[in-house]
Amino acid sequence: MYLSVDRLKKFTFRPALMLFVLFSTGAIADPSQRWQLNMSPGVTELGQKIYDLHMAVTIICCVIALFVFIPLTIIIVKHRKSTGKQAATWHENLFFELSWTIIPFFILGFMAYPSTMTLIEAYDTSDSDIDILVTGYQWKWKYEYLGKDGKNFSFMSNLSTPRDVIYGDPTERENYLLEVDEPLLIPVNQKTRFLVTAADVIHAWWVPDLAVKKDATPGYINEAYTIPTKTGTYRGQCAELCGKDHGFMPIVVKVVEQAEFDAWVEEKSKAVDLSPKTFDELMALGKDLYATNCAACHGVNGEGIAGAFPGLKGSPIAVGDMTGHLDIVVNGKPGTAMAAYGSQLDALKLAAIITYERNAWGNNAGDSVQATDVLNYMNGGAK
Amino acid sequence: MGEHHGPEKGIKRWLLATNHKDIGTMYLWFSFAMFLIGGAFAMIIRAELFQPGMQLVEPDFFNQMTTLHGLVMVFGAIMPSFVGLANWMIPMMIGAPDMALPRMNNLSFWLLPFAFAVLLSSLFMEGGAPNFGWTFYAPLSTTYGPPSTTFFIFGVHIMGASSIMGSINIIATVMNLRAPGMTYMKMPLFVWTWVITAFLLIAVMPVLAGAVTMMLMDIHFGTSFFSAAGGGDPVLFQHIFWFFGHPEVYIIILPAFGVVSEIIPTFARKPLFGYASMVYATASIAFLSFIVWAHHMYTTGMPLAGELYFMYATMLIAVPTGVKVFNWVATMYDGALTFETPMLFCLGFLFLFTMGGFTGLMLSIAPADFQYHDTYFVVAHFHYVMVAGAIFSMTAAVYYWLPKWCGRMYNETLGKAQFWISFIGFNLTFFPQHFVGLAGMPRRIPDYALQFADFNMMSSIGAFIYGGSQLFFLYNVIATIRSGEKVSDDKVWEGANGLEWTVPTPAPFHTFSTPPEVK
Ligand SMILES: [Cu+2]
Repeated sequence: MYLSVDRLKKFTFRPALMLFVLFSTGAIADPSQRWQLNMSPGVTELGQKIYDLHMAVTIICCVIALFVFIPLTIIIVKHRKSTGKQAATWHENLFFELSWTIIPFFILGFMAYPSTMTLIEAYDTSDSDIDILVTGYQWKWKYEYLGKDGKNFSFMSNLSTPRDVIYGDPTERENYLLEVDEPLLIPVNQKTRFLVTAADVIHAWWVPDLAVKKDATPGYINEAYTIPTKTGTYRGQCAELCGKDHGFMPIVVKVVEQAEFDAWVEEKSKAVDLSPKTFDELMALGKDLYATNCAACHGVNGEGIAGAFPGLKGSPIAVGDMTGHLDIVVNGKPGTAMAAYGSQLDALKLAAIITYERNAWGNNAGDSVQATDVLNYMNGGAK
Repeated sequence: MGEHHGPEKGIKRWLLATNHKDIGTMYLWFSFAMFLIGGAFAMIIRAELFQPGMQLVEPDFFNQMTTLHGLVMVFGAIMPSFVGLANWMIPMMIGAPDMALPRMNNLSFWLLPFAFAVLLSSLFMEGGAPNFGWTFYAPLSTTYGPPSTTFFIFGVHIMGASSIMGSINIIATVMNLRAPGMTYMKMPLFVWTWVITAFLLIAVMPVLAGAVTMMLMDIHFGTSFFSAAGGGDPVLFQHIFWFFGHPEVYIIILPAFGVVSEIIPTFARKPLFGYASMVYATASIAFLSFIVWAHHMYTTGMPLAGELYFMYATMLIAVPTGVKVFNWVATMYDGALTFETPMLFCLGFLFLFTMGGFTGLMLSIAPADFQYHDTYFVVAHFHYVMVAGAIFSMTAAVYYWLPKWCGRMYNETLGKAQFWISFIGFNLTFFPQHFVGLAGMPRRIPDYALQFADFNMMSSIGAFIYGGSQLFFLYNVIATIRSGEKVSDDKVWEGANGLEWTVPTPAPFHTFSTPPEVK
């Protein structure tokens, strides 16, 4: 009943293509995705229904367009003054006025029925197999697995495209801006329910192929679901303007077989590594974590952004008392963009970032902090 | 005319202006200046989006550009341009000597430069200009907004006051100063659409003022209207904003409908097909505009019943809009058409606005909107409605009435060239945005994935062409005023009808000091 995407994808815009060969910087993007003209039905039944609805309404609109534009074109060609035509003086015609008022109601009714049915289906989030709490942060996503068996773990998912690619040459980078350090896994053919919320401003969690777009609003928990029928990696982006790096908080969901999913849950549920690390290990780990979690605001070299985000290089907090540093990283600074990282990262990661900030870019606090110290601090003990 | 004094000399003529034509002229020039500034912001946006990767500006500045582009175009360019047109034309169309409240008219204009000076000065402040989009959703615009947000709020208050005063003036003029015999159902359609628009403005500008005042309280006085942490509600902001924002869309487009309904009959040399049904359709659109606001919020997690209601109500808008389009087509049928520049722009309007209407119908389908929402598909949709709807018809209006205003004829070849360049540039810019939107490109992003690169480059090239064509327009208007061929005919256009064509060309400083008799 529906048009095949493949057929539409093959329809490329030849003259435009030739024009743009002149400008194109080389092999960019997978040729099958390039020139994509239409919505993708994705890998869910709901997505297919939404796609069918979209195509049906598009076709109805095209038919109505013909009813308007063909007569309009004929009038423009035939009823010109230059053909010697004399203007008539009549106006109003009850038959036409009634028909173009009443007929649209029927067309709208015809569209409203499948729309209503699809909408009801999209709202049915009951009886889920898997529940994932999705929290939007400026500018990353946190996923928390809410296991029915009591298993529970969470992790942050950050953009993994390096800054020098964004500011350099992105054309060779596969999945440019659509890649993350740690994707979310969900099982195939199971109903995964997403509980979507946000910690700071409004975001929107959108993966086109899974047919999910839901606003992540602070103070609200919105529900959405997906039942993917094909394994694979599906990519999306934040869809609600959420500040500076709104364009840089992608979503990657891997749909995997049940066994792989179970193994992943098992692995992720293990306790955090609290064993002592050497200074160099902490610095190396901290450097990577700083780049994905902190550099967007505080700068790759700790220089910050004048007038908006403070630099850390030589800042009194970064080279001062350790408790002050722990406090701002763990608890954040309310009323500013500085989030409370205590709820976002595990103790080892926090320890690595703090150690790195105190000793990078010429900062010379000279001390380091271990995961256990961070845990002690968070549990109310002083270092 | 002998007993009437002419305009004051020098700068006082403008500062102390109470003449509707002078104030109309100032509105029109002001809005054109804003149009160029807002256009320059758009050029920066399209230049950054020309290629994937960040080349020209930082993401935060990009957000400032999208925000200011929207605010300046909506509140600085489109709205004041139609107020300027109303000032010039409504008294001349209803046979009134001037606007009913000339001193308030002066104030409502002179507030605007200050409002926009306040808004645009934020570009030079520490932390930059507002960067939260023209929809300024809380809490991004409150807790997380830049310090300049307060100036933005102040600016919005001033322009709101200006709009409300302008609307009161228009309503007062139309209700009280119509020439004898000019009954409501004899008023030109442009006057009708403006009266309805004025009522919409009076109804919704205070709602906008309320929204920004609550923001101000949240930012400076510790309230939590929109902060979930303090018991407030970020979604409440969206309800309030769109209760203003949806009628706002019709505030922009209804006067455009009025302009087109004046121009098409002139160049078809045939009366408007269904005058009464056009008036009723305008009124129904205005009514519907109040009860569909949450179709901008389908993904906020509204309850199913709410979602269904807003979907059905929104779909209904297609009916009166269709009535209008069919009316314009039927007006041309059996006419004797000529295609001077104003007519070309009206035909461009008719084609492109209808396309925007179709995508609007698609967007009204809530489940499909789950895929369209906040993508470039929406950007394409509202530019078809706003640019092809409001800007094309405004351009048509300027070409149509310019000979009456200044007594000189514009250069027809240049005008037609401007139309075709605009038409091609516009479509090259915005048509591909439907495709990238459907393929999954979110709006308001400074950089994008590689599969969107080709269409974005196309869009950017189109935008530069469209932007350039506006300089053509500026040149043509200035050249006409300075050295255009003199027009001696009061009627200017063979098929023109209406009181404004009965006064001398160029229109003298005072017209209809004695009211005309309308049969
Ligand atoms: Cu976001």
